[in-house]
Amino acid sequence: MNFTVLTMAEQIILTLAALMLFTSFLLLAQTRLLTLIHIFALQGALLFATTLVIAFTYGRHHLLISAALTLGLKVFFIPIQLQKLVTRLDIKREVEVVGNPSLIMFGAAALVLFSYYAVLPIRELSMLATRNTIAVSLAIVLLGMLLIISRRKAVVQVVGFMCMENGLMFAAVAATQGMPMVVEMGVALDVLVAAILFGIFFFQIRTEFGTLDVDKLNLLKEVD
Amino acid sequence: MNALYLTLLLPLTGAVILAFCGHMRIAGRLNLLVCIATFITSLQLAVDVFFNGSILTPLNFFYVDAFNVYLVLLNSFVGMTTAIFSSPYMAHEQSIGKVKAGGMRLYHSMYQGFLFTMLLALLTNNLGILWVAVEGATLATVLLVSLYRTPESIEAGWKYFLLCGVGIAQALFGTTLIYFAAVQIMPDNNQALMWSVLYEHASELEPTVLLLAFVFLIVGYGTKIGLVPLHNWLPDAHSEGPTPMSAILSGLLLNIALYAVVRFKMLIDPALGSNIAGHIMMGFGLLSFLVAGLLLHRQRDIKRMFSYSSIEHMGLITFAFGIGGPLATFGALLHMIVHSLTKSAIFITVGHAAQVCQTQSIDKIRGLLKTQPEIGWGLLIGTVAIAGLPPFGVFTSEFLLFSATIKSFPWLVISLLFGLSVAFAGLFRHVQPMVFGECPTGQVKVKANMWPVAVHLCIILWLGIAVPDVLAGWIDQATIMITGKGVL
Amino acid sequence: MNVSGWILALGQTALLILLAPLLSGWIKWVKCKFQNRRGPIPWQPYRDLAKLFRKEVVVAQQASPLFRATPYLVFSVTVLASSIVPAFAVGLPTAVIADVIVMVGFFALARFFLCLAGMDLGTAFGGMGASREVTISSLTEPAMLLAIFTLAMTFTSTNLDAMVLYTLTQPFQIYPSFIFAGMSLLLVGVAECGRIPIDNPATHLELTMIHEAMILEYSGRHLALLEWASMLKMLIFGVLICNLFLPWGTALHLEPTAIAIGLLTLGIKLMGLGFVLAASESVLAKMRLFRTPELLSLAFIIALLGMLGHVILEVH
Repeated sequence: MNFTVLTMAEQIILTLAALMLFTSFLLLAQTRLLTLIHIFALQGALLFATTLVIAFTYGRHHLLISAALTLGLKVFFIPIQLQKLVTRLDIKREVEVVGNPSLIMFGAAALVLFSYYAVLPIRELSMLATRNTIAVSLAIVLLGMLLIISRRKAVVQVVGFMCMENGLMFAAVAATQGMPMVVEMGVALDVLVAAILFGIFFFQIRTEFGTLDVDKLNLLKEVD
Repeated sequence: MNALYLTLLLPLTGAVILAFCGHMRIAGRLNLLVCIATFITSLQLAVDVFFNGSILTPLNFFYVDAFNVYLVLLNSFVGMTTAIFSSPYMAHEQSIGKVKAGGMRLYHSMYQGFLFTMLLALLTNNLGILWVAVEGATLATVLLVSLYRTPESIEAGWKYFLLCGVGIAQALFGTTLIYFAAVQIMPDNNQALMWSVLYEHASELEPTVLLLAFVFLIVGYGTKIGLVPLHNWLPDAHSEGPTPMSAILSGLLLNIALYAVVRFKMLIDPALGSNIAGHIMMGFGLLSFLVAGLLLHRQRDIKRMFSYSSIEHMGLITFAFGIGGPLATFGALLHMIVHSLTKSAIFITVGHAAQVCQTQSIDKIRGLLKTQPEIGWGLLIGTVAIAGLPPFGVFTSEFLLFSATIKSFPWLVISLLFGLSVAFAGLFRHVQPMVFGECPTGQVKVKANMWPVAVHLCIILWLGIAVPDVLAGWIDQATIMITGKGVL
Repeated sequence: MNVSGWILALGQTALLILLAPLLSGWIKWVKCKFQNRRGPIPWQPYRDLAKLFRKEVVVAQQASPLFRATPYLVFSVTVLASSIVPAFAVGLPTAVIADVIVMVGFFALARFFLCLAGMDLGTAFGGMGASREVTISSLTEPAMLLAIFTLAMTFTSTNLDAMVLYTLTQPFQIYPSFIFAGMSLLLVGVAECGRIPIDNPATHLELTMIHEAMILEYSGRHLALLEWASMLKMLIFGVLICNLFLPWGTALHLEPTAIAIGLLTLGIKLMGLGFVLAASESVLAKMRLFRTPELLSLAFIIALLGMLGHVILEVH
């Protein structure tokens, strides 16, 4: 099958997939906290756009609710709350220390390759043209994990966590044209609660440790 | 049928009510009351299922069969007995100023919220909701782990939140893959995540997708089970949270996650036509079993030590489900019961012991038999039971598991025996001085309610001497569901 | 046909050479407007070049013949490169001869001589500039080739002419990999042409300069040729980016109306690109030299992503 047989909508979805992956890379490369949050919002907006395109192209109108949830949660609520927190805790100027940026980027590229090979058997038997997005969404999930691992700031870890959620939602939306409504609502509720809990934790960590550097969280060890 | 909805609604209303009055003096009693009511309804539900077979609600939303109903019963039972313990324990914690009024409200409300999410996870037929509920269980307990607001507890809470969140996200990916495989063959998308529907079509699902999905699912739910090497959050969360929480985390939450994995295995086995999912589970299980047994020796915190013992037992159960024959499955199901009961009893005792000695450090807990004999005996008998010595129920189930292993994988028995003896040595090395030993000055008697412990241990003893026909028949039904063949 | 084709090809090359100063003048002018300055008129670079040509050439005593030959070499090699690029029409005979790898090779050749000339006199600045130039080019070239290969995988050719023709003749498609290849080529182009944030073309005596450091010893017509060559190089990059990603308007047949449309659209595209470049240069600050590898490895990663995107999303 050739790329040219895909419809315009499918091409747009694939392009959005590529752009979402790209925002994940930008998140990994970004060293400023506020910009990081803005990129995260951008990724949410791309997810929103994908959901809209799929909702209209395939006539899945229940996806509009899911799109609205994405818009409300991932584009506005969570980024705005994070931004407020960062301003309130006065950490917006802090520049993240990352390991070796180039190494992390190449690791990220390797993860993309890995996810491609992991889902290769699926791609070969599916009928949906957007099946390739599974590889991309897996890559986004893995890159979110890499973001969590490679950063020391709690805020960035939360962004990584939410980035993984984006990847999962993307898989649900693009590869299967949306999970059943109940499940999507449930997942959105979980994300909302998680976001609030993260906010609470920031204050608790800040109060007890005086910093949001998770390197300081090293009191508990596997063995003494 | 009504019992089903009541079983879910009671803890939910309890959570809402206790969110407002959780700080009052009666909150502990109220909490217990809701738990008792839930237990009664779930008993009713269990009787229903026992006599009338599986229940499927309209629209396929809830599904109760022999497999999950016994876990529902176990859940509400342990929830109830732990609530008995929790009432005086938390009152004591409040009186010494470790927890404030707001914390008590949060605690009581989330206690019920946690029970609700676990019951929902068990009863739902929708695999997506199952995920939502298991994640919800994490969210409900995460603030309880950091309830004491010490640096350690906050660290434990953060670790718990982040690791479980990241882990469980993999499970959602796996669920999405299952859904992806299902929509290819099913016209109605809304039914494509219903377990009962999927189970009927299991052999038509695409095997490669399912296998990939299972890898993500075992990593995701395995984090929740506490399988090595995904276990790091578990000892921290157990040791830093309030003890009633440790009791239900260890006794119940781990079971729920394992339940999810087994449900998925049931879907995947017919499609794959081989036991590859079982082999993955065996690998994870055996590794957890051995590593946790070794790590037991190096612990200094009593609750951490027993949480490693939980990892060890969950590893063993996962291993047994992985083997997959009727005997192994029967043993695993029985082991789930006896482990839950024993471990929650132990955590209850440990909670009292920590209050007596005002510390959780193993080195400083000494001579419990002299200070408060009932606690000392409770700890000693509980440890004997959990280590798998006869005549307790853990011995029975482990014996079954070993026989099943000898049948299918004889050479693995050596590693099982090794792990068991290492864990045994680790436990007794630490417990013996705590129980006997000279009691240091400064230990005070606390108001302890040892009834839950006594009840749990009696049940274990009973199960060890003779598994009642009713229970055996019940577990056998579940075994037939999972493996297709019964033992009896 | 062939004769007229050759005439057109020569005409195109001549046009590119002539237009090159205008593009840099245009960028400078737009940039000044952005910064609320009056700024020189867009054709100021022509006057500068003319002035330089009139001036006497001063060459250091130790200079080798290489030093004198370099400006002519660099200029002619760049002219050759410009003849490969399809600017306003496809199917020109010069474009068919060589492909994009040859073009990269031409640039590398020019750079090689420029670096040698920079070191020829043994001055501190020349050597420093040469070493920096080589460092940066060693980072840009892989990214550039990777981006071009990504495109070539879709176009199934490395010939620039064939590439442009492919997009023009196929129905409209959105290729995800093109977005990445485009971004990567933009970053590479910015680095190759010594623009902000890699180098600042407006300064002459700054410790971080690269291109200017190498040609510091040149004067008169030598300097004019080198400046002109670098303007031409920027134009080539501009045309390349415009025509690879937005080829519409380029003449498919060598007819007067089509060519006129081609010329017009090319002019509009280049003005647009210059506008974007000027805007970005007004917003961004120059990077510290030691951070440029990060930016260029980003360019490489983007190109890599483009290739991965092509394999994952576009090949079935």
